[in-house]
Amino acid sequence: MFCVDDVKRSRKGEPKVPVNENSPVIKAFRVYQSELDARHDKHERLVKVSRDITIDSKRTIFLLQRVAGSDSECAVLEEASEKLKQIQNTKFSLIAKELQDEDPYRFIRAYSPGLQEYIEAVSFFNYIKCKELVSLDTIQQDLIFPENIDIGQTYDPKNQAEMVESQASSTAVNQSEQKGTIEVHVPPIEYMLGVADLTGELMRLAINSVGAGNLDIPFEVCTFLRKMQLGFQSFSYVSREVKKKLHTLNQSLQKVETACYTLQVRGSEIPKHMLVDVLSSPMREIHMYTDDQSMDE
Amino acid sequence: MANESSMTTIFSDFQKYLNEEQEIREEIRVLVRDVEQTTREIHTQLQLVHQHGGIKQVQEYCEKAETSFATLREQFRKLAEVVPAGQYYRFHDHWKFSMQRCCFLSAFITYLQTEKLVTREETAAKLGVQVSRENGFHMDLDDFLIGVLQVASELSRLAVNAVTASDYSRPMRIAKFVAEMDAGYRLLNLKNDALRKRFDGLKYDLKKVEEIVYDLTIRGLKPSEDPPKE
Repeated sequence: MFCVDDVKRSRKGEPKVPVNENSPVIKAFRVYQSELDARHDKHERLVKVSRDITIDSKRTIFLLQRVAGSDSECAVLEEASEKLKQIQNTKFSLIAKELQDEDPYRFIRAYSPGLQEYIEAVSFFNYIKCKELVSLDTIQQDLIFPENIDIGQTYDPKNQAEMVESQASSTAVNQSEQKGTIEVHVPPIEYMLGVADLTGELMRLAINSVGAGNLDIPFEVCTFLRKMQLGFQSFSYVSREVKKKLHTLNQSLQKVETACYTLQVRGSEIPKHMLVDVLSSPMREIHMYTDDQSMDE
Repeated sequence: MANESSMTTIFSDFQKYLNEEQEIREEIRVLVRDVEQTTREIHTQLQLVHQHGGIKQVQEYCEKAETSFATLREQFRKLAEVVPAGQYYRFHDHWKFSMQRCCFLSAFITYLQTEKLVTREETAAKLGVQVSRENGFHMDLDDFLIGVLQVASELSRLAVNAVTASDYSRPMRIAKFVAEMDAGYRLLNLKNDALRKRFDGLKYDLKKVEEIVYDLTIRGLKPSEDPPKE
């Protein structure tokens, strides 16, 4: 009893120490206080939005994975594109607003998980749609918003057209100087990390599509992954993060290559509906030379 | 297929970007090394106050150290030129620690000269950098606050050495100063980050200084202008 009372008293006693509001030190610290609080609040808000983006992007990716089994590829793509646009307009516009007049690199840690997941979703969508790697430019274009945008308002459908058109154009990244727009700046390194995540999804797509009876997709994916691997390997200087992703990429590639091998050798011998089992189960045996790690990160 | 060419462009563009970034980082590293060198010199100069009899020559040491700040200003100006506008925080890690050290040195000098806590504006002016981000190369608030915290540990050491040098009034003033600093930092709502970690060390410095005051008081060594209460 006594002890508890004592502790309580000392805790209560602390704020009782009078703070001399007139002292210059205290005045200065009041300023620092409000500045720190404002920054922490902004950080928290960004983390929240980023988390929502991650969830929504994951859902979009799951939706896109269903392409393998579904009859109408168009319908799925339509829905996915709708979802992605929704993420841009409801979530990223919020981030853009928060980051207005800020150094984009200051808060990058707060929203980078969401951004990467989103890039993964967009690039996956783009792969299924036109079998190409989405460019940084395209992604950046989608994340530029007019100033004073109303949150939730459906955004200009012109954006969609731009997405396909500006594919090839690779102008400078810095469009932020345009007057009257706010943007979520996408640092190239974030883009690359997002794109690296794509490989895991492609691997899954390749395996799943065999189940759906499409035996061409694994070979397509395989060629695509090889190119990506070549690209990633060519970088002279990379962060540890990229190296880790490259490792996963190699694993995904190996899985797809093994799958292609199996298809080539035994594809005609095995009834189609059993191929998936053949691909997913004995793969580990064929696979002995790879590290035995789980498929995802 | 357009596929091949677009993919190659994407990767070669990124490689170009990486190379450019590397170059900037190289340049920054060289400049930061210079800053570190200067701060070491200033630090060494200021360390003299701890030496026997050094306390009486405080003003002299401070003046000497002040001259090195001109070099520092020039070095920060060069650094500011290399860092691309609006990308301060992309390369912040390179000079974070040097900046904290500079803030510490500036705060320490200000204390030795005026026995006051340095303000952010004074420090920024002394280093030749901006206070707010909008105006260019600036001083991060966190770095400033961390730097100032280091003064407390330096002062607790100075208090000990002042007693050794039979300067009994200085520890009293230091105790008051550190207590005020503590009150100031208590106003901040800190997150669990580097600043918080540094702040958690402040209480030990405060305790040390208070113990010195206690030691002096019970022995009647407290200077007469501040008579002991009955």
